[in-house]
Order: sequence, then structure tokens, then C-alpha cells
Amino acid sequence: MALYSEKVMDHFRNPRNVGVIENADGVGEVGNAKCGDIMKIYLKIDNDTISDVKFETFGCGSAIASSSMATELIKGKPVADALKLTNQAVTEALDGLPAHKLHCSVLAEEAIKAAMKDYYDRHGIAYDESLFPAEHDCESCEV
Amino acid sequence: MRIYADNAATTKMSRTAIEAMLPYLENVYGNPSSLHTVGQEAKEALEDARARVAALLGATPREIYFTSGGSEADNQAIRSAAILGKRKGRTHIISTAFEHHAVLHTLKKLEKEGFTVTYLDVHENGLVTPEQVAAAITPETCLVTIMYANNEIGTIQPIRAIGEVCRKAGVLFHTDAVQAVGHIPVNVVEDNIDMLSLSAHKFHGPKGVGLLYAKRGIILSSLIEGGAQERNKRAGTENIPAIMGMAAALEEAVRSLPETMPRVSALRDRLIAGLNEIPHGALNGDAKTRLPGNVNFCFEGIEGESLLLLLDDKGICASSGSACTSGSLDPSHVLLAIGRPHEVAHGSLRLTLDASTTEAEVDAIITAVRDVVQYLRNMSPVWRELMNGERKFVID
Repeated sequence: MALYSEKVMDHFRNPRNVGVIENADGVGEVGNAKCGDIMKIYLKIDNDTISDVKFETFGCGSAIASSSMATELIKGKPVADALKLTNQAVTEALDGLPAHKLHCSVLAEEAIKAAMKDYYDRHGIAYDESLFPAEHDCESCEV
Repeated sequence: MRIYADNAATTKMSRTAIEAMLPYLENVYGNPSSLHTVGQEAKEALEDARARVAALLGATPREIYFTSGGSEADNQAIRSAAILGKRKGRTHIISTAFEHHAVLHTLKKLEKEGFTVTYLDVHENGLVTPEQVAAAITPETCLVTIMYANNEIGTIQPIRAIGEVCRKAGVLFHTDAVQAVGHIPVNVVEDNIDMLSLSAHKFHGPKGVGLLYAKRGIILSSLIEGGAQERNKRAGTENIPAIMGMAAALEEAVRSLPETMPRVSALRDRLIAGLNEIPHGALNGDAKTRLPGNVNFCFEGIEGESLLLLLDDKGICASSGSACTSGSLDPSHVLLAIGRPHEVAHGSLRLTLDASTTEAEVDAIITAVRDVVQYLRNMSPVWRELMNGERKFVID
């Protein structure tokens, strides 16, 4: 059995929405180089819709695929939908991830939330704090 | 096209080894412990193989104990020395920080059982010195266990000099020579080795077989009880076909060393020179005191698993010390031991060549690695920060 599903390999080999948005409306970065995963999401938002999204990722195959899939899932969608994106949705859209790689889909969800929060903060838009729980800690970051 | 550059993980079996095994799979199927003719044929083959491998290592046949591989041999050597030491009230062991897990995990268990272990620093070049060993020996020391050559970065330790230090101090010396035997000359007498572990599949023999050399007079303890095989030290019917394959593979590997060592070393140096052209990448471990086929690099700004997957897409089989390839959170303990920071250790690549590797393959690897590293860096936020000056390069 292959390590990853065909979907994961497709998004890893041909990642969608790689790059940077200059003058993005919101930017979110999560992860830690020490742990081996960093995801950075750039959002362009017009009329409460994600009009464009780009990502940069330092990480393994599933980290790159999770970033790519997450951007596909929110691109062109209303902001309210992007906020509802879960790591489960990313994992399902990729036809599953190995158990020890599920944290990659969690990072993708967190990166998008971090970018949304940045958008709200920058534009002085009020939001419900409970939508943005603190980033989870991973034990190797404490080494 | 497929280029297999992961020979430190395992090797392709040689035709010689396969053919040496076939008669023992098809015709000579006896149990060497049986008294009848069929059994005694197998027994003769077993003892013939033992004599041949002993001669290749500079040992005598009675000093060779066949095992299921390198890990079992490491476990048995260390356990046996610990038991012998404890009887004399000596419960201190000396090793290094970058041993194979077969050694490190056995030592961790012994620490829980009351032993103390000194893990010697292996420095930035991945080498320990005999002076470090001498300075660490105390009257309580019962064992020094230091690998002949490192499995990840290929650095070759000064085994002969370390063995001499141990012998003078009256301390047993074990070496995990899994990566060395069949790749560089190894002789237990000349190298002052008391115990040595090896594994057949690292030199084009079959998997699941290896041996422990224990110098005459060292009383081994069994890990497996149940029969009188291997002079009562390793119960279980001997894996005759695999042992025959191992003996044939070792003969072939050792006899061809004068030809293969310089050739594979030249390929290694060509590969190192090519990869050195990639900016912000660096060779791990000493450039010269290393196994003929071992190349190990770190590239800043990228992660090793994605590097491996993209190289695999281009037909190149390699390995990495990245945490993501192991399922653990931490990158390679070997790269951390030579002082690579976590974020750099994640971006490591090990390429291990053998005598079948060609110059054209080396050149194809260089091109592929250069392209993949650049591709991954272009989508890496870490690389962007390094280039912007927001993050400092570790490797110039």
C-alpha cells in the first residue's frame, strides 16, 4: 500500500494556489520550523468572499497537500464558510491521511483561521474570540 | 529509469548469494541437529559457512554465532557484557550519542536496570577519539560499544585505536559493524575487537541473518532459550539457506574490496562535489573518513520527506533523517548529535551508493536533487524568510 492516497499525491505533486499575495487582506502563519512544518496562508477578501488565496508551506508531502486542498476548499467561498473549514473536511477531501499525519490537516485549518483573524484585526472588524482558540502546542516545540 | 541510492537501508541480493542459497532451499533441507545423513549434510554446510565467514573477519569458527541480524547481535553482545560486568560489580558502559537504536535502546533499558552509560560526543565531524574513550573509562567500566561506521552519515570511527585503549584498560570492546563489513576492510584481530555485530543484507546477502563475533573466552548470555544451537547461545533451528547466502555474499564483497572501494569512493566524491554546488546545503560528517558509498546532506529551508517523495517520482530511491519519515516528532538523533539544529536536520538527504552505481546515475541524481530542492524552496515560507534576511542562515 502506498504511503498516501492518490488525492494526496496529486495535491502534493501539483499543488494549487502556491505563492504569495502582495497586499493581502489577511495573512496567517502556523507551525514551527523546529517541528518540521510551517504553513503560511494569504487571503484576498472582497465583499465577504475569499476572492483569492495562496499558500507557502515548509513541510512533508501531506503538509503541502493539506495546504493545497484547504485553499481549494475556501477559494471563492463566503468568509463564513471559510471559518467553518475543519481539519476533518480537509482530510476527507484528500481521501484520508495516515494517522501520524493528521496534524498536517489541523495545521491547514489553523493557518486559515489565523489568516481570517488577521483580516478581522487589520480591518477592525469585531468577531467572536471563541472562533480562534489558541494554537495547539506540540511537545517537540518545548524541547 | 530507477536509481537505487539507499544501500545503507538494504542492498539488492547478489546473484552469487542467491545461487549459494538455492541448493539449501531445494535439496539440502535437513535440520543440522538431526543425526541422519540429510541432517548431517546441513550441519556440514553450516560449519563450512562458519569457517568461511570467520576467516574473512580474522576470527576462528568457534567465535562466530549466527543470529537473525545486526539488531539481535547488538542486543546479545551488550546484554552479555552487562551481565559479565555486573557479576564483578562493574556497571558502567561507554558508548556514543549516535549509535544505532539497537544499541541505544538496549543501553536505555540497562540504565533502567541500574547501569550508568556515558554517551561520548561525536563532534561536528561525526568522529569520536580514542582519547575520549580513555578519559571516560573508570574502574567500574565493563563495556565500550562504539559503531564501526555510522549508518546515517557514514563516518568511520578509529576502531583499532579505541580497541587498543580498551584492551589496555581490561574493558570489553563491542562494535556494531553492520555498515562497515563488506564495505571497508574489517579484521577483529588487527582492530582489537572483542565483539562485533554484522548483518548480511547490508552487503548484498539475504535479510534476516547476521552474526555476532565474540572473542574466545567471552561467555555470552542467550536472548532466546530452547535448544543447543550455536553452542547453547542462540536457540532455534539455524537458517541454513540464509547463512549460506551470507557467507557467499561476504566472500564476494570482501574479495572485491580492492576494486570497489576506490571506485565507489570516487563516485561518492563526485556526488558530494555536485551537491556542494547547491547553495545553503552542507555535507554531514567528515568528508574523507567516511564509508565509500555514503553521502548525507542538509539543505536549508526544506523538509526531507517531500524531497524524498519528489525524488522517488524521478525514479531515485533515497532516505532522510527528517522526523516526518520516521513517524516521530524529532529528526534524526545522529544529525542532532553532530550539532545540526532541528530545523536544518529536517531537511536532510542520505544517498548511499554501491558498486553498481554509474557516473551517469550520479550526475542524474545531482540534477534531480538540485531541481527538487529549488522547487521546494520556492514554496517554502522558511526559505522566503531566509532570503529576506528575516531569518538567519545556519549553513552558508
